[in-house]
Amino acid sequence: MSAPTPHEPIPGTTIFDGRMAMKGYPLNKMCYSFNEAAARQEFLADEDAYCAKFGLTDEQKTAIRERNALALLAAGGNIYYLAKFIGMLGLNVQDIGAQQTGMTVEEFKAKLKAAGN
Amino acid sequence: MAKIVGGVTTSHIPAIGNAIANELFEDPYWKPFFDGYPKAREWLAEVKPDVAIVVYNDHGLNFFLDKMPTFSIGAAPEYQNKDEGWGLKPLPPYPGDPELSWHIIESLVNDEFDICSCQEMAVDHGFTVPMALLWPDQTQRPVRTIPVAVNTVQHPLPTPARCLKLGEAIGRAVASYPKDLKVVVLGTGGLSHQLDGERAGFINKDFDLMCLEKIVDEPEALAKYSIHDLVRLAGAQGAELILWLIMRGALGRKVAKVHSNYHIPISNTGAGLLVLESAA
Repeated sequence: MSAPTPHEPIPGTTIFDGRMAMKGYPLNKMCYSFNEAAARQEFLADEDAYCAKFGLTDEQKTAIRERNALALLAAGGNIYYLAKFIGMLGLNVQDIGAQQTGMTVEEFKAKLKAAGN
Repeated sequence: MAKIVGGVTTSHIPAIGNAIANELFEDPYWKPFFDGYPKAREWLAEVKPDVAIVVYNDHGLNFFLDKMPTFSIGAAPEYQNKDEGWGLKPLPPYPGDPELSWHIIESLVNDEFDICSCQEMAVDHGFTVPMALLWPDQTQRPVRTIPVAVNTVQHPLPTPARCLKLGEAIGRAVASYPKDLKVVVLGTGGLSHQLDGERAGFINKDFDLMCLEKIVDEPEALAKYSIHDLVRLAGAQGAELILWLIMRGALGRKVAKVHSNYHIPISNTGAGLLVLESAA
């Protein structure tokens, strides 16, 4: 078998491959640290210092500061690790789904429900 | 000789864990989902398995991107649940069966699958939610467990065809274990869902229903998809179908469908449940 041929892009979807994994490494490493309660407290006490500790890029720091899920993904964030950051903020995947699709949470929930019809 | 008596597929999203913690079983939103499970529990009570092989994906509790194994198998005397970042109280540990784990690992490597063996392994909601759905009493652990963790975090992910073959190899491994044991295989995750990007909230009911049908007698039809196909048809996290294919492969050629349930949405997910019995 040889290297796979490139695929047609899927609109609204970023495949988290090696390229994105390299780009997002410091951001995802910071989010992975949030498994520990002490790390979450340290971040919440001084966000900028905590981002600097993990060597986040300016793009990543801005996306964290702005709680911007699409910008976090574009900066190499992986949804599985970002979920820890999102959860720490008291948000869930429906809140973030609404943010990413430009809907209210109620509209986003209605869209999900409609998928069952 | 050890025997795989059957398998169960179920979603494993964290929201289910929260709903269990808050006992929302009769809540109108949750009821159609939870009502699917008593029949699965009845079947388990009937067959009384000794061991559950739990095929799931780690969501950034045990593994990070510094080292991302494709297939990992627990070989620990017990598996701890831990805080995944949301401050939830960890569940009591799950007993393992290291002797069977090592037998499976040796057999799989002999079958040309390269396995990451784990003598310590923290298990996250991908493992604990299905266990809680099927064995709700957290003070009892009536089965020993063997976690099989598959990378669905960082592409390239293993192909569906590879996963079906891994399942078949797990089936051979269990069948060659000399002790008399009854084994069930849980395939967790899915069905269609996407959490990330502008396409968040994508659900494909037709695809999910097709998977629930085909996986019973024609798993090869699902194994023909590429990972890219699964992302396109079932959403970025719908690629978790590969975990169901591992379960299905382990059950052998012929199975009988005991029970199924499907409900949309549970959180952002098309939630499927299937109980399959291995042919005698």
